[in-house]
Amino acid sequence: MSDITREQVEHLAGLSRIALTDEEIESLTTELSAIVDAIAKVSEAVGDDVPATSHPVPLANVTRPDVEGATLSHAEAFAGAPSHDGERFRVSAILGEEQ
Amino acid sequence: MTSQDLTRSSGAELAGLLAAGDVSSVEATQAHLDRIAAVDGELHAFLHVNAGALDEARAIDDRRAAGERLHELAGAPVAIKDVLCTIGMPSTSGSRILEGWVPPYDATPVARLKAAGLVALGKTNMDEFAMGSSTEHSAYGPTRNPWDLERIPGGSGGGSAAAVAAFEAPFALGSDTGGSIRQPAAVTGSVGVKPTYGGVSRYGAIALASSLDQVGPVSRTVLDSALIHDVIGGHDPHDSTSLQREWPSFAAAAREGAASGSLAGLKVGVIRELDTDGIAADVAARFHETVALIERAGGEVVEVSMPSVEYAVAAYYLILPAEASSNLARFDSVRFGLRVEQGGTVEDVMAASREAGFGPEVKRRIILGTYALSAGYYDAYYGSAQQVRTLIQRDFDAAFAQADVLVSPSAPTTAFRLGEKIDDPLAMYANDITTIPANLAGIPGMSIPMGLGDDGLPVGLQLLAPHFEDVRLYRAGATIEALLAEQWGGILATKAPALTGGAR
Repeated sequence: MSDITREQVEHLAGLSRIALTDEEIESLTTELSAIVDAIAKVSEAVGDDVPATSHPVPLANVTRPDVEGATLSHAEAFAGAPSHDGERFRVSAILGEEQ
Repeated sequence: MTSQDLTRSSGAELAGLLAAGDVSSVEATQAHLDRIAAVDGELHAFLHVNAGALDEARAIDDRRAAGERLHELAGAPVAIKDVLCTIGMPSTSGSRILEGWVPPYDATPVARLKAAGLVALGKTNMDEFAMGSSTEHSAYGPTRNPWDLERIPGGSGGGSAAAVAAFEAPFALGSDTGGSIRQPAAVTGSVGVKPTYGGVSRYGAIALASSLDQVGPVSRTVLDSALIHDVIGGHDPHDSTSLQREWPSFAAAAREGAASGSLAGLKVGVIRELDTDGIAADVAARFHETVALIERAGGEVVEVSMPSVEYAVAAYYLILPAEASSNLARFDSVRFGLRVEQGGTVEDVMAASREAGFGPEVKRRIILGTYALSAGYYDAYYGSAQQVRTLIQRDFDAAFAQADVLVSPSAPTTAFRLGEKIDDPLAMYANDITTIPANLAGIPGMSIPMGLGDDGLPVGLQLLAPHFEDVRLYRAGATIEALLAEQWGGILATKAPALTGGAR
């Protein structure tokens, strides 16, 4: 089994900005270990001489003419927002007390 | 003609009736809405039915009556996978975090269908953010397979596949990241195509894994998929990965293929690594019968080997979560989607919203992707997976040096039972072995029905072609489809058991 610990999953949840419950952390620790065991074999398949592929059909320098196109109006951009004041998205405090 | 008859027509037949003025778009649309109302209660293929569909149909009828020259598919109804953004219809990608969200723009494939005059019937169900192979991971409950209501319709595009298989729509749009068009097509006895990566714009498709995702058609016949592909394909400046090239008419290729009845001169490669004990005996039997049919039709069958396929699932389940964990960072409770109102900082609100809005499979993959991209693990996991991707591409290059198209079963088994694999993510992932290699390499793939398994459920044949050669799939696929339909006395979809009840 791989060495996924509860603390690791808690840390990953923090990085992912998901407030997992204790039960979820518990089950994900077990599941993640099993999944990582199953997929770790990729590292045995390749040597250093194989280049990495990040994109299936490589394209380079994709640009468009530098002209103004159709954009969303304020109303359209805010239409799905949980909270806004008509000009800005409204959020709760950016900084916590310890900051 | 009764309205029930209209839903039994193929999209091409319906388009002919519409163009000739024998049927109005309102009649065609109403027939399909009636069918949805009659059977979707038990299928649950649709998450949303378009209340404006009849108005849109009437507008097309008016334009036709005024003598306007319209696209050959104008007035035909179509279903849209919920992963695609649609003005005026909620677009949730099967997730609670986007419940009720109505996008301010149309995805390019949707805009092109609208411009051609097709009428959107509604939005189809899917695994949440397209993560799954059974549609059981939809936050809104599973879709059922019209061939057996206790079985999964495949996934993630189970809703689109079930909708066409159950005659709720002649065509639908899907998206295919690791098989989400082809595997549902296989297990519902329908046709589905994953185009060459970049062949269809991803603009407005809610991103899962950007280097793998591709939008494509779903239908009951090869020609119908070709007709839709002709409309939605082609360069789009809104998608920087969209290919700038001239594509041939796929519908013309499908018509030629169906008419020729011959595969003479076509070299067909059987992928040895996808013709193994991992394929269920009944699926393998149908596959070998179909390969024999291909030979009888003049195809030259050769065996090809793709040794790196063994590592494809592992590589995919590193690359996909890595890309998904980045893509899904946009669900931040600020600009759109769910916000859980609670005290604390914006980060606390974000974490609480994502906890409430994402389902278990989405959380699992985000955490896995975050892990795979972490310092200390990146090279061993994500880096190696990208190298495996190169090996898979090289395997395909070697295989296509020997063959014009490759064939395999589209899925290792017929539709499994609802609930059978839901608690075993690894068993669910292993199921994708046949379809994943095409996504890793970016090549086009198609699934067409090739008969029934021992349980009486559909089995699919997968055809694969090199980059940019989607046209080969349509030509060969239509020939094989026509030869099989001759044996069966009609396409497989017409053999599905009647759905009796379960009004929506």
